[in-house]
Amino acid sequence: MGDLFDKFQPLIDQREALLSTGLTDPFNLVMEKVISPTVAICSGRKTILLGTYNYMGMTFDPDVIAAGKQALDEYGSGTTGSRVLNGTYSPHKDCEAALKDFYAMDHAMVFSTGYQANLGIISTIAGKDDYIVLDIDSHASIYDGCALGNANIVPFRHNDIDALEKRLKRIPEGAGKLVVLEGVYSMLGDIAPLKEMVAVAKANGAMVLVDEAHSMGFIGEQGRGVAEAQGVIDEVDFVIGTFSKSVGTVGGFCVSNHPKFEILRLVCRPYVFTASLPPSVVATAATSIRKLMHGADKRAHLWENSKKLHAGLKALGFTLGTETPQSAIIAVIMPDLEKGAMMWEALLNEGLYVNLARPPATPANMTLLRCSLCAEHSSAQVDEILGMFAAAGRAIGIIA
Amino acid sequence: MTDRADTAARILALIEPFNKKGVAVTEATRFAQDLEWDSLTVLDFVANTEDEFDILITMNQQAEIETVGQLVNAVVALKAA
Repeated sequence: MGDLFDKFQPLIDQREALLSTGLTDPFNLVMEKVISPTVAICSGRKTILLGTYNYMGMTFDPDVIAAGKQALDEYGSGTTGSRVLNGTYSPHKDCEAALKDFYAMDHAMVFSTGYQANLGIISTIAGKDDYIVLDIDSHASIYDGCALGNANIVPFRHNDIDALEKRLKRIPEGAGKLVVLEGVYSMLGDIAPLKEMVAVAKANGAMVLVDEAHSMGFIGEQGRGVAEAQGVIDEVDFVIGTFSKSVGTVGGFCVSNHPKFEILRLVCRPYVFTASLPPSVVATAATSIRKLMHGADKRAHLWENSKKLHAGLKALGFTLGTETPQSAIIAVIMPDLEKGAMMWEALLNEGLYVNLARPPATPANMTLLRCSLCAEHSSAQVDEILGMFAAAGRAIGIIA
Repeated sequence: MTDRADTAARILALIEPFNKKGVAVTEATRFAQDLEWDSLTVLDFVANTEDEFDILITMNQQAEIETVGQLVNAVVALKAA
């Protein structure tokens, strides 16, 4: 009798080999106490957090917390129902109104997670004879959205405008076309040439969906993302986003100006067949989103942090995922998984948490230490972080 | 040379730069098991094949292709479409 788990044996073996060297398991960290958006207690030690998606540091904002507490008191702990049945309370509508205001768009649809937003929108709007053309480095939720639907899936080389154009031109005449892009690609922290790509998509009669999960609140004058920063947000048909990054809670959404958008509430299965978010969650999200509209100073400080960390790590001799800082994510490229895990542990012992990212989540089989900055990191904390990288990097032998 | 033989020859030429193990490639050669290509190599190779023949090989179609011969057949069919 075959054990269905046999297929996982290579991964089990690799994990055991790594942990048998006495390394701390990088995928089992527990935060015992969270002091602030940038500091937590891990294994009894005060640890600077440089691997969260709390870009704008909204998780402990007093107004956000007050809104959540009030909603918990007034509406209870959960809705126990789908958005289309008994799961839409006025805080859900308030949250969608906040999104429409934030993006200056006509429609907003809130999902229970960002993953489900991609899953739902992509699988629903692209049908059997349609084509989805997507960047090869797209997030798992985009690929899973493709897999859940029935469309023809055509990937193109990462950020390659010509490759996108060639593939669009080869699609049979008359077929529906959806181009799926991301503003910021979260593994290396690089941004997409949306201005050129959106133009190419439109010239070839395609609709465009842009996932702005890692740019919301931070990139663009109003914090609407890379499409705003590059002046093409009005050409984008669907923006996908999440509450689990800059907004500081959990949930996902799609905003759009498409005149028929609202029909999706009835036909999008990952929206219909799941419980809606607890009222306290959407109340915190709505409050946070409205505050992010006025976050220009925080955006400016976060850019300073990103530039300072990027320049500092480069000066220390680390190899980084991008030549210049393009987002709040700075990826440090490790020589291999073993060295990466050792460096990750050395940083943790110094009192710094970063993300260890490994294949298949990473492009080109890279092992990365992903640093994501927060607007609440002080300039002094960034100095402290650079000191920790210098010490750990020398101890492990990654830098001289 | 027939159209199919021509297509097969061009595909064999496209495989060569990725044939790091120096496998003797025939139409029965399997991409995953024999050439031991990982997903990234497959992506690069598919992109090159698409550009060589000015066609699209969707991920849905790729899932059905295991051997060199199956790819030749698929490319011939796609070119005729």
